[in-house]
Amino acid sequence: MTTLTEAPPAAPAPQTPAKAPRRRGRLTPYWLLLPGILWLLVFFALPMLYQASTSVQTGSLEAGYKVTWHFATYWDALAEYWPQFLTSILYAGLATLFCLLLGYPLAYLIAFRAGRWRNLVLILVIAPFFTSFLIRTLAWKTILADGGPVVGVLNSLHVLDVTSWLGMTEGDRILATPLAVVCGLTYNFLPFMILPLYTSLERIDPRLHEAAGDLYARPATTFRRITFPLSMPGVVSGTLLTFIPASGDYVNAQLLGSTSEKMVGNVIQSQFLTVLDYPTAAALSFILMAAILLMVTFYIRKSGTEDLV
Amino acid sequence: MPVLLWIRRHLVVLAGLLTLGFLILPNLVVLVFSFNKPKGRFNYAWQEFDTHAWQDPCGVADLCGSLSLSLQLALWATLGATALGTMIAFALVRYRFRARGAINSLIFLPMAMPEVVMAASLLTLFLNMGAQLGFWTILIAHIMFCLSFVVTAVKARVMSMDPRLEEAARDLYAGPVQTFVRVTLPIAAPGIAAGALLAFALSFDDFIITNFNAGSTVTFPMFVWGSAQRGTPVQINVIGSAMFAVAVICVLAGMLLGNRRKKQSV
Amino acid sequence: MTDDTTRGDVRLTGIGKTYGSFTAVHPLDLTIPEGSFFALLGASGCGKTTTLRMIAGLEEPTSGTVHLGAQDVTALPPYKRPVNTVFQSYALFPHLDIHENVAFGLRRRGIKSVKKQVGEMLDLVQLGDKAKHKPHQLSGGQQQRVAVARALINHPRVLLLDEPLGALDLKLRRQMQLELKRIQTEVGITFVHVTHDQEEAMTMADQVAVMNAGRVEQLGAPADLYENPGTTFVANFLGTSNLIEAEIAGQDGDTLTLKAGDGKLVLPAARCSAPTSTGGKVLVGIRPEKISLAHADDAGEIPTGRNRLTGRVTATSFIGVSTQYVIDSPVCAGLEVYVQNVERDGRLAPGAEVVLHWNPEHTFGLDAAQAIDAGVETVETDAKEEATS
Repeated sequence: MTTLTEAPPAAPAPQTPAKAPRRRGRLTPYWLLLPGILWLLVFFALPMLYQASTSVQTGSLEAGYKVTWHFATYWDALAEYWPQFLTSILYAGLATLFCLLLGYPLAYLIAFRAGRWRNLVLILVIAPFFTSFLIRTLAWKTILADGGPVVGVLNSLHVLDVTSWLGMTEGDRILATPLAVVCGLTYNFLPFMILPLYTSLERIDPRLHEAAGDLYARPATTFRRITFPLSMPGVVSGTLLTFIPASGDYVNAQLLGSTSEKMVGNVIQSQFLTVLDYPTAAALSFILMAAILLMVTFYIRKSGTEDLV
Repeated sequence: MPVLLWIRRHLVVLAGLLTLGFLILPNLVVLVFSFNKPKGRFNYAWQEFDTHAWQDPCGVADLCGSLSLSLQLALWATLGATALGTMIAFALVRYRFRARGAINSLIFLPMAMPEVVMAASLLTLFLNMGAQLGFWTILIAHIMFCLSFVVTAVKARVMSMDPRLEEAARDLYAGPVQTFVRVTLPIAAPGIAAGALLAFALSFDDFIITNFNAGSTVTFPMFVWGSAQRGTPVQINVIGSAMFAVAVICVLAGMLLGNRRKKQSV
Repeated sequence: MTDDTTRGDVRLTGIGKTYGSFTAVHPLDLTIPEGSFFALLGASGCGKTTTLRMIAGLEEPTSGTVHLGAQDVTALPPYKRPVNTVFQSYALFPHLDIHENVAFGLRRRGIKSVKKQVGEMLDLVQLGDKAKHKPHQLSGGQQQRVAVARALINHPRVLLLDEPLGALDLKLRRQMQLELKRIQTEVGITFVHVTHDQEEAMTMADQVAVMNAGRVEQLGAPADLYENPGTTFVANFLGTSNLIEAEIAGQDGDTLTLKAGDGKLVLPAARCSAPTSTGGKVLVGIRPEKISLAHADDAGEIPTGRNRLTGRVTATSFIGVSTQYVIDSPVCAGLEVYVQNVERDGRLAPGAEVVLHWNPEHTFGLDAAQAIDAGVETVETDAKEEATS
């Protein structure tokens, strides 16, 4: 039936169908790409250019701004706000470190030890996302509240003495101290560390662990020589996914910190939305972007996982 | 001694469970405090059990309005980003073309950029163009930053697809459109669904980019942000917990459905 | 047996493994002599890999003990056992190059200068020029040799091989069988080899333990197992056997007389593993290549004293060096006969009436209480035919 009805039209037209799809095929990818790429060009790349231009403008909100190639804005911004830059990098770095230390055991647990509970634990890792992160961050205000159980326990264990000696807390409170901000950052970006770690751990053939054990490696050696090196792609992408958003964050500093824990994100936000000093805000945001791109490039080179990107 | 030995053997498990507790704890606090009856404007200290907020979740001015706005935004942003992102993903995996490297970078960069940088630069653009900040500028921004994530999710799925399946379909008399609709799309569907879910979650929960580009429009995260300054109504916790419950139920139902389907197909 | 010869033996005593209600290995006793090439043969899920992993220390036995010579190693973790494993699909460390993979065990034991040893070991497996390569740059056969080198360099008391050739194609597998055998002869270490390939086990091993459903069915040298299988499982799993139901009619000295249908068969009493009381049921076994075929017209030319059966050819297949016949006999349908293609008798086409005859010495008797088709392979038949050709 089908061969009878379809054979005649196919016979006289062997050339046109052979050519037409190829010509169409050549343009198809561009049609597919066009809308999305255009969107990114106009609303991601172009704004960067606008921002670059804004950062070298002078003027005022009332009189309007003009491009005057006023690069001094960058120096002024750096000179005034370098402590916030440092704070950002320090807090983001600490949060990344804590995420790695906290996240690795959990990722390891899900990948190798969870058995049939694996999916459940994975869901529990992702589940917090289902509640708005602002609400959850506010919950830390309750958890870390002055005189609350967490403060009480840490105080009686003299942990707070150590942290206050390190300059992370003040007296017997955690809220409105650097520790609270770092804790909030750690909490907020922890899943971004756990998931890539889990993905790369899960890919490791468990027989490699057995083989290492068979070749006289103790469990600790097996971890150091086999498991950890093989999970490096996860470590790298996890630290990037944690560090980058954490360094630009201003929510945690605002909600959990005091004025002395301001990060560069807070400055950019207030310059843009409150002070309305657009050139300074643009310059700051540009410096942040450049700093992060530099660090990320260096880090990826260093860790030898360029194929990640 | 056996206790110590047991602890040593299960150290990883114990540490992992502690981390899990750290992750879940705030959600529990949110749930518990949705039954609180705070004194004063802030809901940070436990006073007494009360269900008034659950009985009247919209009892605070603008709360449910902002929630419905956020849902609408998330819906449209998901649709837009999923459509555009899926097209890009297919183009990247299935075709060869010029400037592939540049396009890959353009897709990667938004994910490697602190939100505040994107937010600020986008605001500069809107200010320069004299755009009216509001629903549309938020939607544009959301589609922009969700796009890359959708591309990544769909790409992963399409890449793992055997191209011979499509060849087989064509060999079995399916035209290009039929091949796409009957074979390609169903197989890519899980990737597209994952991308769409991710986009929805990202858009619904976005604060930083929205805060810069919303003007006077108030989305749900912005409402929460504002309330952190003015006073936090218990209803926020109610809505947070309810969302959590709905999402967990959806995921569990999806898993059960998936399991049953798997069993049937075996 | 003196102390000297038993020093390096692997002794499994009552070793068993259960997972919940499932018994992977029934408690078994096994002694693997030092320096031997020992194969654990069985279909997948028969418990052979579990047994191997219990020797390696990767699996904790539910009962029993593992001794290496005089030392009880049952409680030792794998990294403290002088035993090394060649894993199924090799488990080479993907982030380390070949040199570091091979040096891994030495370094873990605190040996600093490994270069010379690794070089020698790589030469032994003929991969001296691949030291700086990463595992994924090597072919399957080369990876396999690296896995062997990585284990052997530690001079283990026992080398355990878990389906080491399973991932290789047939030709390479044959080559690697000879290669492994050469290495074993060269280093003289005890090899315990787990495989589901009966060909492989018979080519390589001095001793084969055939396992089925968590038990050792039969243990012995390959030729003994093949020529005189003790169970239907071994008869069918190792090569092909024709099994004919028969009844013991009487005993005459060392030989049993059997009645199969109308026919009369003779079986040496020593080759019967079933009870030999008159009137008892036995399964008479005969390998297909031991049987000769004669056309019914030539029946008179068959020498006396041979076992005979009549039948009709139902199918033939020409294999090259031999021809395989399927013959329906009144006593048993579907008998297989392999005949060397020395002088082909053109009359032996399907439908031809034939007489099967063989030397009674090749007959074996099995207990009729067993399932007659235990161990019959359906998938691996191709490989077997190729092997016999």
